Amino acid sequence: MDTQNCFHCGLTIVKEEEIIFDDKDFCCAGCKTVYEIFSLNDLTCYYDFEKSPGATPQDIKGKYDFLDNESIVSKLLEFQEDTTAIVSLSIPHIHCSSCIWILENLQRIEEGISTSQVNFPEKKVRITYNSDKVSLQTIVYLLSSIGYEPYISLENYETGKNNVDRSLTYKLGVAFFCFGNIMLLSFPEYFEVKEYWLDQYRGFFRWLIFALSLPSFFYSASGYYVSAYKSIRSKMLNIDIPIALGIIVMFVRSTVDIVFDYGSGFFDSLTGLVFFMLLGKMFQIKTYSFLSFERDFKSYFPIAVTKINSDTSEESVPVYDIEKGDRLLIRNQELIPVDGILISEKAEIDYSFVTGEAIPITKKSGDKVFAGGKQIGKVIEMEVLHSVSQSYLTQLWSNEVFQKKVEQKHKTITDRISRYFTPILLLIAFAGFGYWIFKEVNTAFNVFTAVLIVACPCALALTAPFTMGNVLRILGNKKFYLKNALVIEQLAKVDTIVFDKTGTITTNKKSNITYQGKTLSEVDLGMVKNVLRASNHPLSRMLYGFLPDTQKIKITDFQEITGKGIQASLNGIPILIGSAHFVAVSEKDDIQQTTVHLNIGGVYYGKYIFNNQYRDGLAILFNDLSKQYQIKVLSGDNEGERDTLENLLPKGTELIFNQKPEQKLAFIKSLQEKGNNVMMVGDGLNDAGALAQSNVGISISENVNVFSPACDAILDASVFQQLDYFLKLSKKAMTTIRMSFTLSLLYNVVGLSFAITGNLLPLVAAIIMPLSTVTIVSFVTVMSNFYARSLNVIKKEN
Amino acid sequence: MSVIYLLISISILVAIGFFIAFIRAVKTGQYDDDYTPAVRMLFDDELKKTPKIELNTTEEKQL
Repeated sequence: MDTQNCFHCGLTIVKEEEIIFDDKDFCCAGCKTVYEIFSLNDLTCYYDFEKSPGATPQDIKGKYDFLDNESIVSKLLEFQEDTTAIVSLSIPHIHCSSCIWILENLQRIEEGISTSQVNFPEKKVRITYNSDKVSLQTIVYLLSSIGYEPYISLENYETGKNNVDRSLTYKLGVAFFCFGNIMLLSFPEYFEVKEYWLDQYRGFFRWLIFALSLPSFFYSASGYYVSAYKSIRSKMLNIDIPIALGIIVMFVRSTVDIVFDYGSGFFDSLTGLVFFMLLGKMFQIKTYSFLSFERDFKSYFPIAVTKINSDTSEESVPVYDIEKGDRLLIRNQELIPVDGILISEKAEIDYSFVTGEAIPITKKSGDKVFAGGKQIGKVIEMEVLHSVSQSYLTQLWSNEVFQKKVEQKHKTITDRISRYFTPILLLIAFAGFGYWIFKEVNTAFNVFTAVLIVACPCALALTAPFTMGNVLRILGNKKFYLKNALVIEQLAKVDTIVFDKTGTITTNKKSNITYQGKTLSEVDLGMVKNVLRASNHPLSRMLYGFLPDTQKIKITDFQEITGKGIQASLNGIPILIGSAHFVAVSEKDDIQQTTVHLNIGGVYYGKYIFNNQYRDGLAILFNDLSKQYQIKVLSGDNEGERDTLENLLPKGTELIFNQKPEQKLAFIKSLQEKGNNVMMVGDGLNDAGALAQSNVGISISENVNVFSPACDAILDASVFQQLDYFLKLSKKAMTTIRMSFTLSLLYNVVGLSFAITGNLLPLVAAIIMPLSTVTIVSFVTVMSNFYARSLNVIKKEN
Repeated sequence: MSVIYLLISISILVAIGFFIAFIRAVKTGQYDDDYTPAVRMLFDDELKKTPKIELNTTEEKQL
């Protein structure tokens, strides 16, 4: 195979399919077409900013028919007046400066577009166009044709106008404004010189400072009060309670001070504290927002479905307009959007999204079909029972299936500590107060305030988010996308790793496929390819990619039988593809190879032999991993690969073959029952159930936009060998958190001992508090970056 | 030294003026995306489409 890369999309070119145009090499007609569009419109600058920035345009025939419907279009638009319309589209392929450039120069390809602006972090483009000259559908087609297909989902449809939440920015602005001005105005007070004029105007300055602190105290810190109040209401003590209490006490104490002229109060420390805490929160949010992983279940649903009217005509209707009693037409690979009753004779429905079971369930006429399933095979008709909002899936999603049971058992570190921290702190504060009130009233108040302030729960509250946020960001940069911070904690606890074979440790791309048997004509190949299209099995996908492109022909009677094969009829000719036994041919000596046999029209033609290509670096990875973890490999395939694998993998690695999806799930369950903490690495398609069952489910993806909701993390196939590094990093992240907790505990112990003995002025306490916050945050960030780098160096040295 | 009342009051007013400007800027969505303008700035302008691009740059200057 040639090592040449496509000029447009950068993927390797298969010599037979290479297309040369304008002195440049392309991997397929799609890429060449996009290049043509660009060069015709004088837009070849696109390729100047980044090497091979493009993507092959996908086939979207029929996919955007619902954009013909005016009501749907108007819900998707942000603005519509006269002839001007503005739409905000989410485009997952946006990833570099070339993308920004081309998307902001769309007006050069399409006249009706006047301007467009890209929001890179959110991967969105905002297009202003003339609705008379061009329609939304045309724009979507245009975007798809240049490889930037938009992602339109029910989410966009429902919310309509996006209400961006800017309250944190406002609060931060207010906090900083108050903090800065109060600091300036406190200058006279800092220089405790007994100047006459200072005594004269002290009142003025103090009350002005008081007035300035009010916005910060009431508005900026309001988030903490609300959270503390809610937590008290639910009879729990979360980390925001000491913070809220500390702030309130500081405020009251300072006000009392200036009213009775005891001192200047601590408004500068108060506002400084509020500012730093909000800054911390903002940093967290910015870190999380770039990796928006969590998809609302609604985005899995189509926006419109085909309704069959009483006069048997078909029309495309928005999902929300479906009512009970309507009849819907569901095609192959389409999702069933609502609960209903099957009218057609038979249907095969794949519920892997809902249950993790990859085997399609057969339903016959009159059976109830649930929402969320995917129709496999020919078109079916169904009658609606419930409309979308009452669907079974809504309850399920927020229920147990995707809420890991481990979450309930395992509380995050922060929650565990904060449960003890708050009561202990309050106890100490009141105890100190009670002790001193009999000796000296003034000191008693000092002690109470100082204890609450110096204890600095902020270190505890900020450690975990900052560390996790930083580590999530580092991992994301390295193409390992975690669902949330909880996954890091789980990763650090894993002791057993289970790998799926096909698609996980073997790569779909580099499989060497050879054909043995009667020659197949182009027509035959075309038929086989069309049948393969309906199947999701890794072998089908590999074979589908291997066969040359052909016209799409309708197939009938499609059936996929797990472990055996697939069958369908095309133009009346029955086609069987699968295991030797399934295709009814006697297996000779080739039992030990992965093979797919062909039978067209009752005649046996031959077989395709798959030589599995294992991913690069597999042996080294397994070697490194086996030092710390127990490794097991599960496969739905036959024993053929046992010898190869035993050579490749370290001794003692358990290899189990011929596993059906339920067996994989059962295997993981049995490991868990023995007390192991199991991580499963799979391709997310036919092991969704096992992934959901394991403590951490990682799905390997060649294309990170396609994933199964049952997994906790997506690993880009190109960084598979770095799995060991990722696991080590998550362990180090937990170490960092523990270190910083110890550090902050030290701070607290030292500070509290001073405070209790009455030696700590609240002012000093208030200065130490933000200081310790900043120290902890910097420490945590520096440490996690340090670990990330040093582990990388160690790995490279090896 | 009683002029200090006046001076401090004026400085507070000026500060509030800036604060209002900040609020207005955030409201218009200027800070929603702080990454793309940095990249956009580096694109070359092309002579043919000058009128359209000038419009963009003027917009940015005003904000």
